[in-house]
Amino acid sequence: MSATVLTYLFVFLSFGLYIGIAIWSRSSSTNEFYVAGGHVHPVANGAATAADWMSAASFLSMAGIIAFEGADGARYLMGWTGGYVLLALCLAPYLRKFAKYTVPDFVGERYYSQVARFVAVVCVIFISFTYVAGQMRGVGLVFSRFLEVDINTGVIVGMAIVFFYAVMGGMKGITYTQVAQYCVLIFAYLVPAIYISLMLTNNPFPMFGFGSTMAGEETYMLDKLDGLTTELGMSAFTATNKTTIDMFFITAALMAGTAGLPHVIVRFFTVPKVRDARISAGYALVFIALLYTTAPAVAAFARINIINSVSEMSYSESPEWFTKWEESGLIAWLDKNKDGKIQYRGGSALSPTAPVYLSARGADGQRTVKNTATENDNELYIDRDIIVLAHPEIANLPNWVIALVAAGGLAAALSTAAGLLLVISTAISHDLMKRTFRPNISEKQELMYARISAAVAIGIAGLFGIYPPGFVAQVVAFAFGLAAASFFPVILLGIFSRRMNKEAAIAGMITGLTFTFAYIAYFKFVSPETNNADHWWFGVSPEGIGTLGMILNFAVSFVVMNITPPPPEEVQQMVENIRVPR
Amino acid sequence: MSDNTNRYWKANLRLMFILLAIWFVVSFVFGILIVDYLDQFHLFGFKLGFWFSHQGSIFVFVALIFIYAWRMNRLDKQFGVDEE
Repeated sequence: MSATVLTYLFVFLSFGLYIGIAIWSRSSSTNEFYVAGGHVHPVANGAATAADWMSAASFLSMAGIIAFEGADGARYLMGWTGGYVLLALCLAPYLRKFAKYTVPDFVGERYYSQVARFVAVVCVIFISFTYVAGQMRGVGLVFSRFLEVDINTGVIVGMAIVFFYAVMGGMKGITYTQVAQYCVLIFAYLVPAIYISLMLTNNPFPMFGFGSTMAGEETYMLDKLDGLTTELGMSAFTATNKTTIDMFFITAALMAGTAGLPHVIVRFFTVPKVRDARISAGYALVFIALLYTTAPAVAAFARINIINSVSEMSYSESPEWFTKWEESGLIAWLDKNKDGKIQYRGGSALSPTAPVYLSARGADGQRTVKNTATENDNELYIDRDIIVLAHPEIANLPNWVIALVAAGGLAAALSTAAGLLLVISTAISHDLMKRTFRPNISEKQELMYARISAAVAIGIAGLFGIYPPGFVAQVVAFAFGLAAASFFPVILLGIFSRRMNKEAAIAGMITGLTFTFAYIAYFKFVSPETNNADHWWFGVSPEGIGTLGMILNFAVSFVVMNITPPPPEEVQQMVENIRVPR
Repeated sequence: MSDNTNRYWKANLRLMFILLAIWFVVSFVFGILIVDYLDQFHLFGFKLGFWFSHQGSIFVFVALIFIYAWRMNRLDKQFGVDEE
């Protein structure tokens, strides 16, 4: 069967599964809609958290980033897993004991302030929408490339599926579909990785395969790759290029941001007990680590396979995947020396980096570009996002593996989108309606508001997918930076300091947010031409500035809490209460 | 805060700080601050610093959470604050 037919089959089957689960696990109360009734088994919650957390970025983009950046890609690997240690040790068990529905709920109650709650709601909505936009692009990408349908149709189908299980099932429906989606996505990630690991290194475990010797050779794979990359005038794969301080700050921002992301935190409200929250974070990280320890292996394999399959190859003989992705606009070849062969070297081939295609064809039938040629010898542009999707084709794997990867990519994007949309809808129905503007509504009405806001949020997310704002990629740094600079310190101090009061929380959040927002906005939008190490404060890029925002937040909080009155007695009692499981 | 819960909280903090110190060392120290120094050593086909930043730290993170959960459950029982 052709890859397209198989892809239709796999996508159809997996979507059927998600819908089936949604019908089986409908929510009938706000408690079920918000936190799945609070009785999700810790292992199931771990798998759901892993699917919730691993987005289109983890599944589709991360290995691609590492493939091209090499050692520097470690900031994502450590940052996006290390956050779980903070979450498990410092936040999850206490938030579970607190036993409410949302993150703004904790902020509002702990800081006895509607202002604090409102600031938290605004942050939740901003962070979550930023994130959702990226998921919808992922859905569109998979649909358009593998199912050969229009991106818009793809986005609408994706929206319809999420609508079905998020609006009907709420957290309960989402949780059990996410468990299924985790299974689909991890299977789809590991199968091609194992295949390729066996082909290249004879080792069936990809995470160890890339530390083994090449099949039939004495050389270690990574040494071989370092040799190949250096030979082609690229930076060696295992060499670090970013400055130490920037790596440090980015990794810290990603860790604290992970621990402060509302859609992850809220998952720990769904388990029955405090001890379940602790162990559940462990299961979640095991499930995540399966993919995250495989990703650098996939990256290294892909880099070697790409070099071997296209370097010095004449364009007319280039493999099918090459021209297909060129048609999708994610690969470009500019024959600088007019020899008809693809020279894949260091540096970016085009200026500006991303290709702008012209309608005319070149001498060898390639798509021509408007970009000017750069000084170096590199002739090849490859979009990083295609690595995971294209790798099975590059390595000539069977069609069913290619189809599986498409289904996996959709599972990763949809599961994360659903989790985010739920967080948005509960922030509106619970924190804005029930707790702020309409305290008198019945539970039935609140549930109605929750469903309506979920539906509206899905509609807006879909619009982001169909009309992707040009700045989506630019603002992803916002989500982590803002979570690190706002929620993480406020929640941490709320648990570990009895003296922490509302004045300090509000001042800290606003300082952290404003600073981080201003720094990123300045370098990304106001003055993008100065976005380089010469102009950054202390050499910290916008990606890592959330760490500095977080430090500022802590500093301001310490000062303010010591010059303002302590929180009321009952709040101090509450803090003591959440510190003990019983 | 009663004396018992006070001691429970202190024990909890102690455990937490020890585990967080390990967390910091494997990721920020081994994986970032001294990564180039460690790269001169090898673990199978990996340079050691590269391995810590790409895989080693993640394996340690997983272990840390399970150790924390296990020790905390014991502390809960010891101080009579468990949920049973």
